[in-house]
Amino acid sequence: MSTFAFDVSHFLAGSLVLLSFFLLYQDRLPPLINIFAAQSLVLAVSIAWQAQTQNAPHLLVTAGIALCFKSIVIPFVLYRLIRDLRIHRTVETVVGIGPTMIAGMALVGLSMALMMRATSGIADLAREDLAFSLSVILLGLLMMVTRRNAVSQVIGFMSIENGLVLAATGAKGMPFVVEMSVAFSVLIALIVIGIFLFRIRERFDTVDVAILDRFRGERP
Amino acid sequence: MLVGNVLLCVAALIGVSCFAVWACRRPWANSAIYGASAVFCAVALAGAIAALVGGAASTLTLPLGLPWIGMHFRIDALAAVFLCVVNLGGAAAGVFALGYGRHEHAPQRVLPFFPAFLAAMNLVVVADDAFAFLLSWEFMSLTSWALVVSHDRSAETLRAGLIYIVMASFGTLSLLLAFGILAGPDGHYAFSWMRARGPNPNETMIAMFLVLFGAGSKAGIFPLHAWLPLAHPAAPSQVSALMSGVMTKVAVYAFVRIVFDLLGPIDWRLGMVVIGVGAVTALLGVLYALMQHDLKRLLAYHTVENIGIIFVGLGLALAFRANGLTAAAALAVTAALFHVFNHSLFKSLLFFGAGAVQAATGERDMDRLGGLMHTMPRTAVTFLIGAAAISALPPLNGFASEWLTFQAAFLSPSFPQWGLRLLTPASAAILALSAALAAACFVKAFGVTFLGRARSEAVNLARETDKASQFAMFALAGACGVAGVFPGFFTNLLGPVAQFLTAARIPAQAIAAPWSPLLPVAASHNSYSGFVIAGCLIVATAVVAFAIRLVANGASRRGAAWDCGYPDASAMTQYTAGSFAQPIRRVFATIAFRAREMVFMPAPGDTAPAEFKATLHDPAWDLLYTPVGKAVGFLADSLNRFQFLTIRRYLNLVFLTLVFLLTVLALWP
Repeated sequence: MSTFAFDVSHFLAGSLVLLSFFLLYQDRLPPLINIFAAQSLVLAVSIAWQAQTQNAPHLLVTAGIALCFKSIVIPFVLYRLIRDLRIHRTVETVVGIGPTMIAGMALVGLSMALMMRATSGIADLAREDLAFSLSVILLGLLMMVTRRNAVSQVIGFMSIENGLVLAATGAKGMPFVVEMSVAFSVLIALIVIGIFLFRIRERFDTVDVAILDRFRGERP
Repeated sequence: MLVGNVLLCVAALIGVSCFAVWACRRPWANSAIYGASAVFCAVALAGAIAALVGGAASTLTLPLGLPWIGMHFRIDALAAVFLCVVNLGGAAAGVFALGYGRHEHAPQRVLPFFPAFLAAMNLVVVADDAFAFLLSWEFMSLTSWALVVSHDRSAETLRAGLIYIVMASFGTLSLLLAFGILAGPDGHYAFSWMRARGPNPNETMIAMFLVLFGAGSKAGIFPLHAWLPLAHPAAPSQVSALMSGVMTKVAVYAFVRIVFDLLGPIDWRLGMVVIGVGAVTALLGVLYALMQHDLKRLLAYHTVENIGIIFVGLGLALAFRANGLTAAAALAVTAALFHVFNHSLFKSLLFFGAGAVQAATGERDMDRLGGLMHTMPRTAVTFLIGAAAISALPPLNGFASEWLTFQAAFLSPSFPQWGLRLLTPASAAILALSAALAAACFVKAFGVTFLGRARSEAVNLARETDKASQFAMFALAGACGVAGVFPGFFTNLLGPVAQFLTAARIPAQAIAAPWSPLLPVAASHNSYSGFVIAGCLIVATAVVAFAIRLVANGASRRGAAWDCGYPDASAMTQYTAGSFAQPIRRVFATIAFRAREMVFMPAPGDTAPAEFKATLHDPAWDLLYTPVGKAVGFLADSLNRFQFLTIRRYLNLVFLTLVFLLTVLALWP
C-alpha cells in the first residue's frame, strides 16, 4: 500500500477519534447531533477510501449505508425528537469537562498501548485502525457513562457503533451480511429508543435518567 | 453393525417414551409401556452379548448434534459389558413393573420417563465422543430426576430431588471440565482423538480427580453420596432398582472409560487415592446402612458400600498397571467388573423385594413390618437369596467377585512401593470388616422385616405380590445363583475387557466341567469352586433334613413363643432395627457418626414413661454440605445487592470492568 493511501486512512481514522472528543465535551444537544452527523460522514468517507484501497466494491455499499442512515436519517430523526420533546435548548450538566477529557486521553493511550502490542505482526494500517476504533468505542462508552440525558446516551451508543464499523472495515474481508445487520440493528435501536423516550417523557415529564431511577419498581 | 442394532433399540425406547406421553392414562398403558421397554432392552441385551462374544469393535457416526461433527458411537468389549448390565437390569425392571406399576397412583408421571431413562443409559455407554457422552449423561440425570420427583406430594421427595439435581449438575460440570482438559487446546471431542493425544502428567492428575468427582458423585463415593440415600428410596421401586443397580454402574463405566482408556498412564499414587476412597466408602456405606430403619434407604446405603468395593478393585488395577504388573491388574479389573455385574443383579432383586413389600403393606419402615415370611413367602425367599448374595455368602455371586477382589489384594507384596504394600492389606481388612457388617445388616433387614411377628395391622393384610414381579425376582435370584456357581464362565467373558484395559487377562477358566475351580492367578494359588460348595451345601442340608425327618416326629405344631417370663407378649417387644444395631452403633458409630444415647428416667413416683433417645451426626453433612451451603448462601446474599443498581451504575460497572480488563491486558508481561 502506498504511503499516501496509508496517510489518508490514518488521517480519517484520527479525525473520528477527534470528533469523539468533541462529542465528549459538547453540552448542548443540537451541536451534539451535528457532531455525530459529522463523525458518521467521516466514517462514510473512510469506508469509501478503504473500498478504494482494498479493491472491495461491496464496502461502497457499507459507506452508502453509513452516509444515508447515520449522517442523514438518524440526525434528522434526533432533531425532530428533541424538538418535539422541547429539550433542544437545554444545557446539560456534564460532570467536570476537564477530568472527562483527561480520562478520554488516558483511554486513547490505553487502546494504543494495547492494540500495538496485541496486533504485532499484521498490516500497519489494520493496527492503526483497530487502535483508533477501540478509542472511539471507549470514548463512546465514557460518554454514555458521564451523561445524564437519554438523548446524549443514545448518541454515545451510536458512536460506539461507528467505532465498531471502523474496526470491521479496516480488517479485510468482513462479510457484508454482518455490516447490513449491524446497520439495521442500529436503526431499530433508534426507533425503539425514540418511542421509549416519548413514553418516558409522557409519564415522568423528563428524560433525565437519574430521575427515572426513582421510579423503578424493585427499589423500596 | 452391532452398534446400529443397539441404537435402533435406543430409538425404539425413545419412541415408546413419546408414545407413553399420549397413552399414559389408558388402562392398558402400564402393560404396553413396560412390556415394550423390557422387550427392547432384551433385544439390546442380545446385541450386547453378541458384541461381547464377537469381540470386534463396531463404530457409527450419526449426523446429529453438532453440525459437521456429528455424534460418534462405538461398542467395544468394555461398552458391551456395561450394555449387558444396563439392559439386563432394564429388562428385569420392565418385567417387574408389569405388575408393580399397577400400584402407581400417577402413571403419567412415571411411564413416559421410564423408557427414556433406559435409552439415556444405553446412549451413555455407546457414546464415543465427549459431546454425545455429556448430552446422554445429562439426559440420564434429568430423566432419573423426573422419576425421583414423580411422587412430589411430600416435602421429603422434593428435598431429595433438589439435592439430586444439584449433585448431578456438579458431577456433569466436573466431567465437562475433565473432557475440556482431555480435548486439549485443539478441542477435538472424539474419544479416539483423546486416546491418541495422551495428556501430560499434570493434566492426567487434574482430569483424574475431576472424573473421580464427576463419576463418583453419580456412583455415590463418600462424601459425594449424600443425594443417593435420599433420591433412590423416593423413586418408585422399579426406578430405585434401576438407579441403584444400573445407573451407579453407568457412572462406574464413565470412570473406567475415561481413567483407564482415555487418560493413558497413571501414577501409582493416584491408584492409592482411589483405593483409599473406595475403602472409606465401603466401610462408611455399610455403617450408614446399619443405622437405617427405612428398608429402601438401607438398600441405597448398601449401594454406596458396594461402589466402594468396586472402586477398591479399580484402584488396585490402576496401581498394578502403573507398576507394570499387568496380570495382577487384569485380576483386579476383572474382579471389579464382575462385582459391577453381580451388584446390578442382587441390588435390583433386593429393591424389587422392598418394592413388593411396600406395595403389599404401604410401609418402608422396618419397625412397622415383621412376619412377612408367612404372608409373602416367595418374596421372602428371593429377598433372602439377594441378601445372602450381597452379604458375600458362598455359593452366591457376591462372594465370587469379592473373593476375586481379595485375591487381587493378596498380590500386594509384589508392589515395589511401601505405601501400596501397607495400604492394600489395610483396605482389604476394611473390605473384610464391611463384608461382615453387611452380613449383620442383612440379618437385621431380613429378620426384622420378614421374621418374627407382625408389628402393624397392614402386615396381616398383606398379600403375595403378583406373578410378573415374582417372575422378575426369581429370574434375578436364579441369575445370582448361576453367576455364583459358575463364575469362570463370566470371568472368561470379561477377558477381552481386561485385555483392553490392562493389556493382560486372567487365565482362561475351564468351563467344560461344572466342578472345575476358579483359578484367578495360577493353579498353584488359591482356587474356588462355587459348584463344589453349592453341592456340599445341598448335600449337607439334605442329610440334615433327612436325619431330622428320621429322628423327629413328622407332625408340625404351632405353640406360643417363649416370652422370657414377661407377661405382655406384644409384637412391639421384638427386636427392632434400632435395637438390633445397638451393639454395632456403640462400637463403631460412636466415633464415625458421634452416636450418643440418652435415657430419661422419670422421678420415682412419676408415672411418665421413661424415654430413650439415640442421636447420630452425619459427617458428610456436618463437615461438607452444611458449610458449603452456608458459604453459597452468604455469597448469594452479598451479591444480591447487584440486582438493584440503577442503569447508570450498571453502565459504570460495565465500563470500569472493560477498562480494567484492557489495562490488565496492556500490562500483561
